[in-house]
Amino acid sequence: MALVVPKESYSGKIYEVQLGSGAKTVTIGGANALPFLGFEGTFPHKPAVALEVMDIAPEDWPETVKKAVSGASASPVQWAKFCQEQGADMVALRLIGTHPDQKNRSAEDAAKTAAEVAAAVDIPLVILGSGHVEKDTQVLQAVAAAVRGKNCAIGKAVEENYKTVAAAAMANDHKLIAMSQLDVNLAKQLNILLSQMGFAKERIIMDPMSSALGYGMEYTYSVMERIRQAALLQNDPMMQTPIICDIGLNVWKVKETIAPDAEMPEWGGLADRALAWEAITASGMLTAGADMLIMRHPGAMAKAKELIADLM
Amino acid sequence: MIIIGEKISVIAKKVREALANHDPKPLQELAVAQAKAGATFIDVSIGPAEENGPELMDWAVKVVHEVVEKPLCLDTTNVKAMEAGLKAHNNKWGVPLINSTSNEPERFPMMELAGKYNAKIIALTLGKGSIPADAEDRCVIASEIMARGMEYGVPMENIFLDPLILQICTMQDQGLQAIRAIKMFQQLNDPPMNTVVGLSNISNGAPKAVRPIINRNYLAMLLYEGLSAAIIDPLDKDMMDTVKTVEMIMGKKMYAHSYLDM
Repeated sequence: MALVVPKESYSGKIYEVQLGSGAKTVTIGGANALPFLGFEGTFPHKPAVALEVMDIAPEDWPETVKKAVSGASASPVQWAKFCQEQGADMVALRLIGTHPDQKNRSAEDAAKTAAEVAAAVDIPLVILGSGHVEKDTQVLQAVAAAVRGKNCAIGKAVEENYKTVAAAAMANDHKLIAMSQLDVNLAKQLNILLSQMGFAKERIIMDPMSSALGYGMEYTYSVMERIRQAALLQNDPMMQTPIICDIGLNVWKVKETIAPDAEMPEWGGLADRALAWEAITASGMLTAGADMLIMRHPGAMAKAKELIADLM
Repeated sequence: MIIIGEKISVIAKKVREALANHDPKPLQELAVAQAKAGATFIDVSIGPAEENGPELMDWAVKVVHEVVEKPLCLDTTNVKAMEAGLKAHNNKWGVPLINSTSNEPERFPMMELAGKYNAKIIALTLGKGSIPADAEDRCVIASEIMARGMEYGVPMENIFLDPLILQICTMQDQGLQAIRAIKMFQQLNDPPMNTVVGLSNISNGAPKAVRPIINRNYLAMLLYEGLSAAIIDPLDKDMMDTVKTVEMIMGKKMYAHSYLDM
């Protein structure tokens, strides 16, 4: 008797979300089976990888990654072009300089930077605030208007500020990144609240809150797994939005990406170790169902893209 | 849960008049409202329709399908009318559901139609003569109906076994017997048999004010035992809230603070 591979049957499908304008648009989502199980379903789009750019110089980044972008990171425009040259699918502009504890840049300055970056590259743009709940509402409103027509992913909308951020994205025809903190029920709730205010659920990208290998990645993994099961097996329309994982941010602050060779000789050389840490974190998030990653090291991005190509 | 919206029923005066006058509007309004409220199937009950059954069912199916993209539950004791309904049904919106067959010989042709048109079918575990005494009695009847289904080439997953809900006010012990039957029906096949109830029978004869309370609490108990489908009023918000809450507690839908709104 021939072996019959047992197959799960799914009733749901992830929404397809297109980003960018012009020739180099990128579409994510569309899967109708759990990640990479090509024998159970179809995966019309590869997970996309965005390289991160900041509106200020990456002074507080660890040496390894700072060095990897050092030729371009003095200006957000140069840095964004560099990301495109490195083969990134998208550029993720993080407006960290607007944070009151950073440079407290104004919303107008941030909008100007966003517009310049948008003009410099033709791959799609993800635009993130600094994570300061109140400041982000002003910053993202100005930014969303400044890059109107570019079909960006704007975020992150959180429980405390989602109305304003979503309104800005909606008014300027952008997609929205909605973040909840490692909680499937609150992730669903935020998507429901957004739909109730008239923001189409098909235009949301969910951020379950990422973490780094060794520092709680398993929590993110479980949350994503649960979200995908609800989306695909229970056909829950509120859970069928693509998932974004913002990993560089978390990876490049853990000891394994910072400790020099001399301090931890048994851990292996810092340069390879740190790059591997981001790449392995990426691989975990991809297998949990990430449709989109934000990474910092071009070398780690290359590894993640290699893995995606192998698995698709 | 599969919800069979019961509002298009010949028992309702408005529907009866619409059927008599071939006025599509009341039917279409009820169909749209029920589809929007979450009905999986829209029941179209025309009664025995002895005079013009086939023509009436053909008309009713077509007018309802003009406005909703849902499969219909065709509800008549008239075999010719049932066949006309199956012919008129637009299977693009899903497989129709025949309401119903039983173990009474005059209802056997309904099972034959389910085989012929590859339709789903509700099977009342009701035999010739008296009503079933208990859950075991219902299982015996169910087995006979299933055997007949096989004869007519009806796949087991197309049969929805109905334990026949009886009114609690005069046959109080039957409420629990039907719940036991729902549990036992599932064990008659692997994968488990589908089950269905005509819910509101449970509160027939009870005062108007308590009927909805009995109905929705009974539904919760049936769902817990694995009921797959129910003929209910999807426009009854309390009822739908009960369905959503039970599904959430049973882990079939993910919790969110606003889960009732979805």
